[in-house]
Amino acid sequence: MIKIENVRKSFGELEVLKGINLDVEQGEVLSIIGGSGSGKSTLLYCINAIENIQGGKIFVDGIDVHNKATNKDQLRQKLGMVFQQWNSFPHLTVLENVALAPQIVKKMSKEEAIEIAQKELKHVGLGDKFDMYPTKMSGGQQQRLAIARALAMRPDYMLFDEVTSALDPELVGEVLDTLRILREEGMTMICVTHEIAFAREVSDQVAFFHKGVIEEMGPPEQVISNPQKETTQAFLSKVLS
Amino acid sequence: MGSLFTPLSWSDTGFILTGVWNTILISGLSIFVGSVLGVIVGFARAESNKYVNFLFGSVLDVLRSVPLIIQLVLFSTFMGVMGSPLPPFVAGTIILSLYTMAFMAEVFRGGFESVNNSMIIAGRSLGMTYWQTIRHVRFPIGLRSVFPAWLGVALSVIKDSALVSVIGYVELLRTSDQLISRTQQPLEILIGVGLFYFLISYPLSVYGRRIERKHAL
Ligand SMILES: Nc1ncnc2c1ncn2[C@@H]1O[C@H](COP(=O)(O)OP(=O)(O)OP(=O)(O)O)[C@@H](O)[C@H]1O
Ligand SMILES: [Mg+2]
Repeated sequence: MIKIENVRKSFGELEVLKGINLDVEQGEVLSIIGGSGSGKSTLLYCINAIENIQGGKIFVDGIDVHNKATNKDQLRQKLGMVFQQWNSFPHLTVLENVALAPQIVKKMSKEEAIEIAQKELKHVGLGDKFDMYPTKMSGGQQQRLAIARALAMRPDYMLFDEVTSALDPELVGEVLDTLRILREEGMTMICVTHEIAFAREVSDQVAFFHKGVIEEMGPPEQVISNPQKETTQAFLSKVLS
Repeated sequence: MGSLFTPLSWSDTGFILTGVWNTILISGLSIFVGSVLGVIVGFARAESNKYVNFLFGSVLDVLRSVPLIIQLVLFSTFMGVMGSPLPPFVAGTIILSLYTMAFMAEVFRGGFESVNNSMIIAGRSLGMTYWQTIRHVRFPIGLRSVFPAWLGVALSVIKDSALVSVIGYVELLRTSDQLISRTQQPLEILIGVGLFYFLISYPLSVYGRRIERKHAL
């Protein structure tokens, strides 16, 4: 379970998160929607301690993420993350990209790591691309590679930061399909997304972020189909038009 | 009266080969030491704040802009005056290595800085430690991208190593100089020496271009 309690985050003078409260239960999918600069990405970065916080607490399976005593490298193994901009390692083949972290972080043998890498690449539909270099792949394929790379660490949670918004429209579908598969398998996920229809389809909860606070949160039938707040209505009518 | 000069003969081969070997030795050693130091300094520059960088940068600027020949003479004279004169090979290797390092540091720094930070963050998000991302992401990607530039510096060091002759190191140029005074056959000898530098440099630069093309794909 991911528990976020009154989290505050500033970059210098600029307060980006102004007291965020959220719970994500095992097996749940939470989608975060909201305008540019509302703090969506920042929250994900705070959850896996890539960014620090100035107030509040974040717990992942009861572990206090921002406690000084917490081993952050170990904690991150629980949390897979995929970013907006694909960032495959260009000097490694597709298979090596996925097998690297299990080997050096989890100290698996090469054979074991390769076996897991092959399995995860098939999982995301890249079973025929093992020996390719990622620079020769499409954006959609690179995003699926990034998903496989994160899954190979066997995380308990997946964090997705607008993984389709840098893609050409015709490539969005294949990546969303991969996320649907993960949802079917019961993966706990937080998806920051601009794909409103997708969020409505897969989410258990939707949180609408506005200027560093959660304006509205609840099941998609409420937040997306029947928003109560004016800010939510204005945002949705803008992105859905 | 017999001539003061004796023509070039096969018995000079050993002497010439010593010069060839000494040139290879001092350039090879300086390129190696300069590259190792260059990686360390280049990495420190890519990772550190502007104050540390200013300090490093000024020292490197001096090493790069004062002509090598002046650095060699100054250093070797200085050590002599201080009462601990160094053999020409040692003094030459120290200065040539530092000079090489000053250029290599900038080459490597550029390479490390060219590695997109998002790749490092991706590594961290997979649970890698800072040093694991350096070792498995920043270094391999950065080093690969600078290979052609590295080779360019290395080739110029081979040529610059001729200057170490001014402090008395008997490398190829000095060998040929001595042969020229004895034989009075400057044309043959200088053509031979020039050909030697060409023979080392040309295959290396062809090789470098091939690697560059391969990576550009
Ligand atoms: N490293 C940083 N240093 C300073 N300011 C930052 C940094 N990262 C983000 N910000 C600022 O924090 C605010 C929130 O950024 P964030 O990336 O979380 O927004 P977002 O909701 O993900 O927006 P988008 O939809 O554009 O991705 C923005 O004003 C941004 O400029
Ligand atoms: Mg964002």
